[in-house]
Amino acid sequence: MAAELGRKLEEMPEVRRKSRFLTSHFYGETLWALVRAILVAGICYIIIYPLLIKLSSSMMTENDMYDMLVKWIPRKLNYDSIVQNYSLLYGYMNYPKALFNSLILAATVALLQMISSALIGYGFARFDFFGKNLFFTLVILTLLVPPQMIMVPLFLNFRFFDFFGIMPVSVNLLGTYWPFILTSITGMGLRNGFFIYIMRQVFKGLPKSLEEAALVDGAGYLRTFATIMVPGAASAMLVVFLFAFVWQYNDYQFTRMYLSGSATFLPFALEQLTRTFDVEMYSKEYISILNNTGMIMFIAPLLLLYAFLQRYFIESIERTGIVG
Amino acid sequence: MRIRFWPRLTLRRKRAIWGYVFISPFIIGFIAFFLGPMVQSIIFAFNELTIKAAGFNLTYVGWENFRYALRVDPDFVRVFTETTIQILVDLPAIILFSFFAANLLNQKFRGRWMARVVFFLPVILTAGIVYRFESGDILTEVLDYVPEEAGGVFSVSQSMMGLLLILRMPTWFVQYIVTAVERVPDIINASAIPIVVFLSALQGIPSSLYECAAIEGATGWETFWKITFPLVSPLFLTNIIYIIVDSFTRPGNTLVELINDSAWGRGIYGVSVAMTWMYFGVIALILVLVFLLLAKRVVYMEE
Repeated sequence: MAAELGRKLEEMPEVRRKSRFLTSHFYGETLWALVRAILVAGICYIIIYPLLIKLSSSMMTENDMYDMLVKWIPRKLNYDSIVQNYSLLYGYMNYPKALFNSLILAATVALLQMISSALIGYGFARFDFFGKNLFFTLVILTLLVPPQMIMVPLFLNFRFFDFFGIMPVSVNLLGTYWPFILTSITGMGLRNGFFIYIMRQVFKGLPKSLEEAALVDGAGYLRTFATIMVPGAASAMLVVFLFAFVWQYNDYQFTRMYLSGSATFLPFALEQLTRTFDVEMYSKEYISILNNTGMIMFIAPLLLLYAFLQRYFIESIERTGIVG
Repeated sequence: MRIRFWPRLTLRRKRAIWGYVFISPFIIGFIAFFLGPMVQSIIFAFNELTIKAAGFNLTYVGWENFRYALRVDPDFVRVFTETTIQILVDLPAIILFSFFAANLLNQKFRGRWMARVVFFLPVILTAGIVYRFESGDILTEVLDYVPEEAGGVFSVSQSMMGLLLILRMPTWFVQYIVTAVERVPDIINASAIPIVVFLSALQGIPSSLYECAAIEGATGWETFWKITFPLVSPLFLTNIIYIIVDSFTRPGNTLVELINDSAWGRGIYGVSVAMTWMYFGVIALILVLVFLLLAKRVVYMEE
């Protein structure tokens, strides 16, 4: 149909110029689509490349490492050696316990941060009060200050925790989850200001009418928030949960500071591998294989979580929810 | 008759109070876990801190901690300048790349969903611990090793440097481009969230504006510069702030490593806090400059 139309246009002298323009436009589009496909594929490759290396390495045997011809794909996919790589690491990292601890801590922190930043974000988005802009500037300020600035004082505060001298005896909160819980419910966790910012933008974007109707009908502010606003912002809240979870799961510095590096958590387990390998006297090549296997085991839960939540993540961007 | 304990509040007052109620967790947290520690960190910067079992001791030393960081510490000055330069190099590169990528991902094409899933993947792969392992990994080294004559990444940037110099580009510009090319993977990985921010802004532009422009006969180029760019412009500032914040926890930030080592490894807390204050000072300076530069050029859509 289009080709027929094109031929007809071609026959008319007065549109010949225009039709040539049309075709060049068409070629331009095709060319751009091609360039775009190459660009997107290339960037995707750069992003996935480190993951692929680790995955392929975790499936190799030591002999594959010496083999000059083997770069990506092991010479023989040996089921036994794969099982051996992973089960060795499973033992060294104390994997089930470390994974369980890391997941529980990250989930707790993420849940608390999600709730606190939703509350705070809602306060900033919908209410007018004296000093609102100042307070919001302070939220941004908490982000802009390098966390190292307050790390030592925070460490001391939690080591000798007396809540500004209100409590008669100071308690040692280090080694418990309390530092995480306290900083998360008060919106002071890792990059919590960023989540408050996101939630504020999201609540600002929601229509006011439903909320006003609920208030007029006699629902209290908290109830309105919980039953009307939260469902409206659910996908954005899931995104905040994802971010908070990921950052806590990956966090090394604060977790070590609050819980000490000897606790059974995945980042520490990964770090202690180096020492184990030194004791076991593995070859450099085999250590590399095991390291990569360990990293795959570290990343796998996150990839799984992302696989489940990416739908909400991308949807919330498409609905211009997040940081509109 | 019921006795009223509370004075009757106007709706305005009532809403203001509820506003404070909603943000009260933040106010408490700010005072307890930010303002307090900040004040303490200023005190620590001018004191020598010794931690004991029952508490901690402070001895006033004046500017000694700053002097130690700048004059005595063998690495601080070098690492400090390197990190500052790195931020200045990365900022424009990440901003440009993420803006470009967001425009790319905003177009309609097959597999767009997949592309987005992959582009945002670095958000979850930010573990510093993983990065630390990679830098010493033998397989990564083997894969990255490219013989000179084969024309690998290394020689590409080398030959590009030669070409740009022949074209009589200023040396600093050539240097910048070459370092930027070598850091492509890092820049792509750091761009994930800035892309998210730009992309959501792009999706928020009402399509009626584009339709209008198309009817009036605007070309794609004109539409981009007259509609897309101005409407996205407020988010440049947001992203610059985000990139700087992100750089604090980004693996490979040697200054942060040095600060951590001073505090937790060598136990010189005062010096580490003094270093952090200098770091923060530079960051604040950069932000003020960026703000002055951008504030007038940014277009805000009326709400």
